[in-house]
Amino acid sequence: MLLSQRITETLERKTFEETESRAGESRPDCSLDELPVGASARVARVKGAGAIARRLMEMGVVPGAPVQFVKAAPLGDPLEIRVRGYHLALRRTEAQTIIVTPN
Amino acid sequence: MSTLFQVPSSAESALPAAARTNTKFLTIAMAGNPNAGKTTLFNSLTGLRQKVANYPGVTVERKEGVWTLDPTLPPARLIDLPGLYSFDAASIDERIARDVLTGDVSGTLQPDVIVAVVDATNLERNLYLVTQLIEMGRPLVVALTMVDMAERGRVKIDADELSRSLGFPVVPVVATRRQGLDELAAAVLRAAEEDAPVQQWQLSETAERELQRLAGSETPSQGSDRRTMRNAAMRDLYGEELPTESERRAAVEAARGRLAWTNPHWWQEPLLERYRWIETITARAVEQDAPHPSDNSKDATSFIDRFVTHKVFGLVILFLVMLLVFQTIFSWATLPMDLIDNGFGALGEIVRERLPEGLLADLLVDGVIAGVGGVLVFLPQILLLFFFITILEDTGYMARAAFLTDRLMRGVGLHGKAFMPLLSSFACAIPGIMATRTIENPKDRLATIMIAPLMSCSARLPVYTLMIAAFFTDRKIFGFLSTGALIIMAMYLLGIAVAVGVAWVLKKTILRAPAPPLVMEMPPYRVPNPLTVLQTIWSRAFLFVKRAGTVILAISIVLWALVTFPRLETTTGANGIDKFYSPATAQAVRETGTESQGAPAPAVGGEDGDVAGAQLRQSFAGRAGRLIEPVIAPLGFDWKMGIGLISSFAARETLVSTFSIIYNVGTPKNGEEEGSSSLIDAVRNARRADGSPAWTPLVAVSMMVFFVLACQCMSTVAIVRRETNSWRWPLFMVAYMLALAYVASLVTYQGGRLLGFG
Repeated sequence: MLLSQRITETLERKTFEETESRAGESRPDCSLDELPVGASARVARVKGAGAIARRLMEMGVVPGAPVQFVKAAPLGDPLEIRVRGYHLALRRTEAQTIIVTPN
Repeated sequence: MSTLFQVPSSAESALPAAARTNTKFLTIAMAGNPNAGKTTLFNSLTGLRQKVANYPGVTVERKEGVWTLDPTLPPARLIDLPGLYSFDAASIDERIARDVLTGDVSGTLQPDVIVAVVDATNLERNLYLVTQLIEMGRPLVVALTMVDMAERGRVKIDADELSRSLGFPVVPVVATRRQGLDELAAAVLRAAEEDAPVQQWQLSETAERELQRLAGSETPSQGSDRRTMRNAAMRDLYGEELPTESERRAAVEAARGRLAWTNPHWWQEPLLERYRWIETITARAVEQDAPHPSDNSKDATSFIDRFVTHKVFGLVILFLVMLLVFQTIFSWATLPMDLIDNGFGALGEIVRERLPEGLLADLLVDGVIAGVGGVLVFLPQILLLFFFITILEDTGYMARAAFLTDRLMRGVGLHGKAFMPLLSSFACAIPGIMATRTIENPKDRLATIMIAPLMSCSARLPVYTLMIAAFFTDRKIFGFLSTGALIIMAMYLLGIAVAVGVAWVLKKTILRAPAPPLVMEMPPYRVPNPLTVLQTIWSRAFLFVKRAGTVILAISIVLWALVTFPRLETTTGANGIDKFYSPATAQAVRETGTESQGAPAPAVGGEDGDVAGAQLRQSFAGRAGRLIEPVIAPLGFDWKMGIGLISSFAARETLVSTFSIIYNVGTPKNGEEEGSSSLIDAVRNARRADGSPAWTPLVAVSMMVFFVLACQCMSTVAIVRRETNSWRWPLFMVAYMLALAYVASLVTYQGGRLLGFG
């Protein structure tokens, strides 16, 4: 498991760099928490391979799914997003693992 | 033999279909996401024929009811599984649900049919659980709830088309109006005779190859077929936990390694395939006017949330909600509490009149009736709190409260969901502790339970009130702030501050865990169903009365025995009394008898007084008070206060009535306010052996500090025992709180003396 995770991480870094360099004219990918409030985007991928990434994907945050950053809580954290027609609260640290392509 | 047939796995499947349904009770399990309307549907199907218990060895609630599918057939057992989003995570709820479905829970038969409750307003995510149910390979029926609400949100679901695409029945239901319930029953009966649905999506060839290899390496046991072996392979390969058995573990790790070479995101594959399939299904069956994620500004929930989770208004509303709850608990609850108090008092008098004077009457009146009454008196408060918690949960506000407070709670390593349970603990720790069930992570939940009793509950108020009335009235700070109010506030803040510290330490030590993730659904606002609310309150209150009640009864009797034995001889020889009193006084005492109700306070504060006081002094509790005096002397307490501390272990507020007996004031009359002026005078005038005043303001503060921190509530101990399923945690709680209380009181008293108070 450790080995496969390390491989996953290396490959992830590689694909990330690729997308970074390819994104020229359109708005570049960013993590979900970097979206302006109210903005919509599509999920590009979910980083990491742990329980949190799995839970996020089970809740419908899978690549290709449209998401919207609804608002941040009064103290700046957690964040509220809209995905698959429902509202989901998650912490900024979790939102940082969700890479999105802004619409 | 079963490997010949593709799907049915149980031996009964070989019987002719008609025989199957007619000869046996069907077992049906109901599964669904939280907030999908499962409870309401369950209540509509079973009515009041349900029982709530726990699964063996865990605190997951087990709800089972009787469902009459068809009047001509024997009724079915309906098991309500805990609400869950998926079967992959390692939470207890999800593991139990999976074990029930696979028939691995002792005392629970493997369900013949699974009813998947699917919320039509949230179809895609709800169907995710359904895809996992399909993989389990049991006959399946979907109950589609909230159809009316989906249509109001301009989403139209073609249930027939959905059913065709899924390959099993989909029945729209409106549980509150009992619509679709007969159709659901008919569909379940049909499904019981049909084959389980077939999984229509596929994994990549490499993944399938690994699955087949793992399924093959599992030793086939009698009765297990390809489906169960495939399920086991799926669980091991993609599950959160590795199998414990070393050979299997190695095989799984090797398979994962091979998959990772071809696809770095190999573990996402089943997740993605399930959602891809869901998307094709919903594309066929769902028509919506509004395009899917944008344009959310118009629905009611988003509108309400503009205020409820607003940066400023959100916090104001949270504050107002808290205020309303507390105002209600402290004002509305007083009337029924007085009624219960008076009722038990009257009951005690009736019993006392009917029974011959003696031990039996004393046991029944002072032990059983007074003990149980002393706990049941809090039932109105507990019921009201349960009412509010249920309403806040069912409307969807609870998730907003967690959203608003998560940042604060995370500061001490807790979850936003701990906020409401801790808040309700200010009224009473019991409903608070029971409300921690919504916290998924067991360590977070334990940490929350452990600090809940540090919140100053309403039972401490009589103690604070007595201490303040005796030593701090009429004093004003800056001309308008009363010292009493300030002291009470200081006590509340002390509890909170210590709770924060304890939570922090616990999360760093024995309950160490990474900061819990917060991935929490914010459910749409809904009007709660009155029947569901009532049933929830009823079952919670019933559990409290039943479980706590038995323990409380036992402890009440023990405590009664401690203050009663050894007996002071009152009727035969005058030994006991003569030891304490001169013959003339003893005679007078004997004439007043053991009647304690409203006995006048003859000589307040002296060592001589009525029989009740003498009895208490020479009882085991009194002796224990003297025994612990050296230990509590550094806190500023004498042995009489020691008796109070011992007796108040059962319930804090008994301190007041114990003091009434110790200081010979007599138990306050029914309806008479506790801490009445005679008791206040008695406390003020109490002397130590050397003639110095027993109480000083500093002693009073030390006593209050002790009461803030010590766990003197057997109901709480009983409920923690129940919620954690062991004696370890309640005992730990009592021990650490006692240690904290002792140290804090010590610091208060000795520090106060050094500073020249007292």
